[in-house]
Amino acid sequence: MQKVLHINADKCTGCLQCEMACAFDNYGTFATAKSRIKVFDFHHTGKKVPYTCTQCDEAWCLHACPVEAITVDKLTGAKVVNETTCVGCKVCTIACPFGTINYVQETGKVQKCDLCGGEPACADACPTGAITFIDANWTGLGKMAQWADKLGNQPTAA
Amino acid sequence: MSWAGKILRVNLTAGTVKSEPLNMEWAQAYIGSRGLGTKYLVEEVDATVDPLSADNKIIWATGPLTGTMASTGGRYTVITKGPLTGAIACSNSGGYWGAEFKMAGWDMVIFEGKSAKPVFLYVNDDLAELRDASHLWGKSVWETEEIIKKGLQDPLTRVSSIGKAGENGVLFAAVVNDLHRAAGRSGVGAVMGSKNLKAIAVRGTKGVGNIRDPKAFMAATKAAKKVLAENGVTGTGLPAMGTQVLMSVINEIGALPTRNHQEVQFEGAKDIGAEAMATPRKTDGKKQLVTNQACFGCTIACGRISKMDEGHFTIENKPQYRGANGGLEYEAAWALGAANGVNDLEALQYVNMLCNEEGIDPITFGATIGAVMELYGMGILTKEQLGIEAPFGSARAVAFLAEETVNGRGFGKEIAMGSKRLTAKYGHPELSMSSKGQEFPAYDSRAIQGIGLAYATSNRGGCHLRGYTIASEVLGIPVKTDPLESKGKPELVKAFQDATAAFDSAGLCIFTTFAWGLQDLSPQMQGACGEQYTIEELAKIGERIWNMEREFNNRAGFTKADDSLPPRLTSVEGACKTGPAKGKFNELATMLPLYYEARGWDPEGRPTAATRERLSL
Repeated sequence: MQKVLHINADKCTGCLQCEMACAFDNYGTFATAKSRIKVFDFHHTGKKVPYTCTQCDEAWCLHACPVEAITVDKLTGAKVVNETTCVGCKVCTIACPFGTINYVQETGKVQKCDLCGGEPACADACPTGAITFIDANWTGLGKMAQWADKLGNQPTAA
Repeated sequence: MSWAGKILRVNLTAGTVKSEPLNMEWAQAYIGSRGLGTKYLVEEVDATVDPLSADNKIIWATGPLTGTMASTGGRYTVITKGPLTGAIACSNSGGYWGAEFKMAGWDMVIFEGKSAKPVFLYVNDDLAELRDASHLWGKSVWETEEIIKKGLQDPLTRVSSIGKAGENGVLFAAVVNDLHRAAGRSGVGAVMGSKNLKAIAVRGTKGVGNIRDPKAFMAATKAAKKVLAENGVTGTGLPAMGTQVLMSVINEIGALPTRNHQEVQFEGAKDIGAEAMATPRKTDGKKQLVTNQACFGCTIACGRISKMDEGHFTIENKPQYRGANGGLEYEAAWALGAANGVNDLEALQYVNMLCNEEGIDPITFGATIGAVMELYGMGILTKEQLGIEAPFGSARAVAFLAEETVNGRGFGKEIAMGSKRLTAKYGHPELSMSSKGQEFPAYDSRAIQGIGLAYATSNRGGCHLRGYTIASEVLGIPVKTDPLESKGKPELVKAFQDATAAFDSAGLCIFTTFAWGLQDLSPQMQGACGEQYTIEELAKIGERIWNMEREFNNRAGFTKADDSLPPRLTSVEGACKTGPAKGKFNELATMLPLYYEARGWDPEGRPTAATRERLSL
């Protein structure tokens, strides 16, 4: 079963535990600036929204890479940057429609979410369930269950 | 480890910014944030200094757990000699600024002297320089943050700044970061303004990486987060209702100071608490509460994001207040509401926004208005002086006087002094509901004995955050004690004060202590910093910090006589008129000598030689 990161922005409080967990897992340091997942805080509505790579099936970044530095992790389906191959040309950052692959000046390479090899640190750290790692085929299961509950479990109107 | 090991020293007179190594001996002994920043201040500043003079210093300090994955590990403290009280001032704030500053590779920044013209400090990792702030002077906190980010073309910059109140020397001006998180009390913002320092803008990309034992630390933080999640207060109550959950609880036990502490129960409490915020308004069918919000690293998320009724009289033709914004916490809702007999929730939210926008402490402001309204009722202050009729219960008066205060206009200039100076000026000092010149927060010390002792002995003046015995006396955390009983409270107050100093100094939020004790802090400190941070050592460090602050105040001229409460709270005449505490007054006179004894102080409230030696002071 392939799993994907699933985001429920309504549950996000803006605590940035996900950003710290991501940076710690990849760099061994608590640095939100190095995180591959970012939380956006929209002050005028009060909404906080985490955003990261959704691991496109036909990934623009992968197809755009001239040196084939981005490959598919067969176990997780993640599109993974091979740092030794990456030449830092940044073409992938232009190709990605979502902005979720970015250049890192300190290393001269690009970075993106690689699902931590199948155990994403961000989902593990999220205290509210705003970020979960679930069955790729059934990301709508939670919402379906809510509506099914409404359909079948409410007291019948008189 | 987990200290960055470096501090910034900024001489505003000379315009210089220098890096120096952190004094690690002090760091080990005083941890960080509140404790360590205060250690630097008391070593470098004469306690008798005029708080608003160039000789005072002001320090922004993070703790060793600031900027880590410890829950609530995002806090910083602003430390200086306070202009409202003349005592040590030490106000901490959440939001994101503290973690950003730590991630830039600094533990603290010390400002000394006074700049000839407005400046702001810009920090981007190793780069730290003073920049011209003439274009920011006269701007609000909200405008300042926006202008700085646009000027730098960097939306990820975090800003800690003052609004007009700090510039104008309002004695209870706050330092505000991330739009609505504040180092709110004791007038730290006025000291910042007196130095012509408008803001500190920070971008930190280095991170906090020198955790002593990362594996142990991560295990300890995970276990501690589980404790928070499974606790009724931190796991359920605070995220859903915020601190406003307290309004009805405190009113029911007859401990909600009302109309400048003339009463202890407010008939309008139900209109201004958590339930009211979550109930659709009659006017537009919408709830004031939009959502909750966390500060950096916080797994509790008690913060409120609210949205006002667009048709409310306070925001007619003022579109800037119509979006979602920082909402009412319990202390602000009480101070702006019950303390003045006002039950208009929308008006309270408007004034709350003004407090954040221009940077003032809503507790001292609201409590001062309470005194103004009482003086108005006595005929001592008039409509002509105030610019408005100001009887208790007038939402229009609170809103108007807030605008006058933050903008430095009319009678607002007198409110800017705080209640102690204002009531003295008009011949009724007994009407100031304060200790050491700082106004009490939202718990009545006639109905809750221990908190009265905590107010009277708080090193920064009247305050609930230096020893929150409400946890024990009302909520039963960690054990229930009788709020009406003064026996045993001196020891309880001491234990709360010492533990709080340790939590504050680690860089964590005191709200964790609804669920955590030092037994939860210790493994996190050990994982991050060193094996020596046992429960006993943390309690001892907390006690050391408390005594250090006390000795600064003693040197500044405070005596036993300043460990006091106003006669209204300690006399038969002022006793509670209603509720479960009817007939009670605070038994401070009984508790104080026992407290001094428990602290190892002489009968005049001075740490004895033996106490100083035991605490390595």
